[in-house]
Amino acid sequence: MTTIAELPPGFADKVLSAQSTFRSVMDAMARPGSVQRIVPVAGTPGPMMRGTAAIALTLFDHDTPLWLDAGMSESSDVVKWLKFHTGAPVVQDSSIAAFALIAEGTALPPLERFALGSSEYPDRSTTLILQVDGLDAGRSFELRGPGIDGVATLQATIRPADLFERLSVNEALFPRGIDVVLVSDDSVVAIPRTTRVANKGS
Amino acid sequence: MNAPAYNFAYLDEQTKRMIRRAILKAIAIPGYQVPFASREMPMPYGWGTGGVQVTAAILGPQDVLKVIDQGSDDTTNAISIRKFFAKTAGVATTTATQDATVIQTRHRIPEAALHENQVLVYQVPIPEPLRFLEPRETETRRMHALAEYGLMHVKLYEDIARFGHIATAYAYPVKVNARYVMDPSPTPKFDNPKMDNCPALQLFGAGREKRIYAIPPYTQVVSLDFEDHPFEPYRFNAPCALCGAENSYLDEIVTDDKGGRMFVCSDTDYCEGRQAAGHHGSLSAAPYKERAHGGSNG
Amino acid sequence: MYVAVKGGERAIENAHRLLANARRGDQSVPEVTLDQISEQLGLAVDRVMSEGSLYDRELAALAIKQARGDLIEAIFLVRAFRATLPRFGASEPVDTGAMRVQRRVSSTFKDIPGGQILGPTFDYTHRLLDPTLAEGFVPEEPATGEASTAATPRVTDILGRDGLIESSPQAEEGASVGDLTREPLNFPADRDLRLQNLARGDEGFLLAMGYSTQRGYGRNHPFAGEIRFGEVEVEFFTEDVGFAVPLGAIELTECQMVNQFKGSATEAPCFTRGYGLAFGQSERKTMSMALVDRALRARELGEEVGAPAQDEEFVMSHSDNVQATGFVEHLKLPHYVDFQSELGLLRKLRQEFAEANTAEPMKEAAE
Repeated sequence: MTTIAELPPGFADKVLSAQSTFRSVMDAMARPGSVQRIVPVAGTPGPMMRGTAAIALTLFDHDTPLWLDAGMSESSDVVKWLKFHTGAPVVQDSSIAAFALIAEGTALPPLERFALGSSEYPDRSTTLILQVDGLDAGRSFELRGPGIDGVATLQATIRPADLFERLSVNEALFPRGIDVVLVSDDSVVAIPRTTRVANKGS
Repeated sequence: MNAPAYNFAYLDEQTKRMIRRAILKAIAIPGYQVPFASREMPMPYGWGTGGVQVTAAILGPQDVLKVIDQGSDDTTNAISIRKFFAKTAGVATTTATQDATVIQTRHRIPEAALHENQVLVYQVPIPEPLRFLEPRETETRRMHALAEYGLMHVKLYEDIARFGHIATAYAYPVKVNARYVMDPSPTPKFDNPKMDNCPALQLFGAGREKRIYAIPPYTQVVSLDFEDHPFEPYRFNAPCALCGAENSYLDEIVTDDKGGRMFVCSDTDYCEGRQAAGHHGSLSAAPYKERAHGGSNG
Repeated sequence: MYVAVKGGERAIENAHRLLANARRGDQSVPEVTLDQISEQLGLAVDRVMSEGSLYDRELAALAIKQARGDLIEAIFLVRAFRATLPRFGASEPVDTGAMRVQRRVSSTFKDIPGGQILGPTFDYTHRLLDPTLAEGFVPEEPATGEASTAATPRVTDILGRDGLIESSPQAEEGASVGDLTREPLNFPADRDLRLQNLARGDEGFLLAMGYSTQRGYGRNHPFAGEIRFGEVEVEFFTEDVGFAVPLGAIELTECQMVNQFKGSATEAPCFTRGYGLAFGQSERKTMSMALVDRALRARELGEEVGAPAQDEEFVMSHSDNVQATGFVEHLKLPHYVDFQSELGLLRKLRQEFAEANTAEPMKEAAE
């Protein structure tokens, strides 16, 4: 069993690393489809990628209920690491989660199981942190919407393969909806609920 | 005694996390006002606490900060806020719009076109565009939820009936991404077109009212109007007396008590840049006598 | 790092030096000490602690000194400092029934267990300026007796035993206590948040609001069931230790109003409650707070909501003097740009008006 002392450390510089990680995530959210780099942390627990760990250290705390998929929650190191470094409560009910961490995209639950916000408070929705296989190669996706000057092209290897089809629910739900941050190692791409995707298929 | 010790950029990390989460949701839902637990800042509410909290949450040591009030870097409150961040975050500051990565502003959008590597942070007093039509938060929240903006159109139309024009000269309401009606903060309507399809990210902080909202880059921002009464940006019928600019927003300087007036750029960096590049106003040094206003000064 | 030094910056620096000098006043007059403020202007310190929502007499006294006696400015200083402090959690509820009472009056019963205790009060002083206080005044020793060991149960508890007053609503087990300094406020707000808002609210604002209910704007038939002032223990539960640890004692004033009764076909009639609590000795504040708390319960008690004091959004949005003073005083900041925009529009409208009104008679003449 891993003790707290054996868990990977957090940021070397809590304040400045959190700031730089946030700016990468903010830029990603403001410019959907653009690939942003995150300052890597020294080590990560279990299946957690470096980008995911940095986002956790930057945005999670006592006020953010977390939902973990099986891939994450089955790793006691992940659970211990999150509790020790962020203090965020892990919840079983995904519909009250501020963030959801997904290690296994193939097992992504239906999106309506997460918080989608209300018409009055659309911000009270889950942000999905989805770990993917690659954000530099793979299928091409054409993205349009706020933050994009015309069209942005994202090349990515993503599971579930039908992620963008599923996300099309955002169009009907708006302003309710779900925002997604894709993570691959230390790269992040955000797909906020305003982004519309045409799958080029290739 | 509990002697105070302050964090980088003043705010504690827990507060920054809370504000950062609100900013991300604000960007994801353009024009929607995200409630946030605004903190008591060491400057008064109404003096930029919302903008200061947003700036403090995004600012890093690599940033170059510009702070303007009324378009100018040298107004007292702009100086005060710039000094606050120079002291608490040690960031480089500038007055040059082009060189800044973060620009905090009160009541103006700089004249120079903004670029992709910039964030414009607005200080907002009353974030709710419907507030003066309906004072209740519970009501205005419902109107936004239903995109029920009839009240705003009625108000604008009543203006036309009474004055022949939409009688809103600043804080002129806009619709963002064809969904939310948004208050652009008390910027003159002259600046409204700059918000549309802007390459820079625009963030809005209202400290006292505890709201953060955003316009992502390259997002459609339309000033509300009617087909037969289209939005007209305000125009001056005088060029800047110092730099000769024909297309900038001007401050009116009263030079004597006999009707003497001089009009100069409100954006001091823009004006100084033009003068340095050799542009001069017709009356660079002399007071400018106000021209009779014609009917075409929209 | 380079910041161009311009006129504005020098002007600000000098203004602050002028302020420091004005604050000190005539330097041949001895400087006031924090102890003097805390001991001799104690009610000012109490108010700054209450509305600053930070129990620290020394910091409150410093704030009053720094603010030149402007209490709203002092409250602001304390609040801004408080905002930088880490929040460890909420204390256990304090037991005001076990208060070491220094003053306790009830207007509902002539005598009550533990007795009426006047304590230090302005009540029944004749408001005649007292020249002997101007200098070197030594007060007479007050009469003292053995501290009573008799319990001083709360009047509302006495009424409650007979079911004559509604029971005080109990929070759900394990429910967290709201904190409007940590979470954005949404309407309708629960009573914990309303009470927190009122406890931080401006004494003058609450006084006016409470007064308005007495004059008929949302009248709720109040009786001052009890006002008590004294010391209570504060305890904090930590998981690490596993039990509540005493943190120390604080002085509180509590006011429980007994108000207009409610009842229905299914519910026996009983009096209702209004509650006020503040740090230190703050009777005006707690009495006003209790009146406004009761007025704000109109919705929950099925009463018609119409008066300003019953309007939760109105009261809660305007009670905070730090917010209010900031926004009122921000009007002195430059507004050149928006004013210019308004000025331009007004000139244009006036010109059109003038053209229309000179054109009309000519048209008539031509006809």
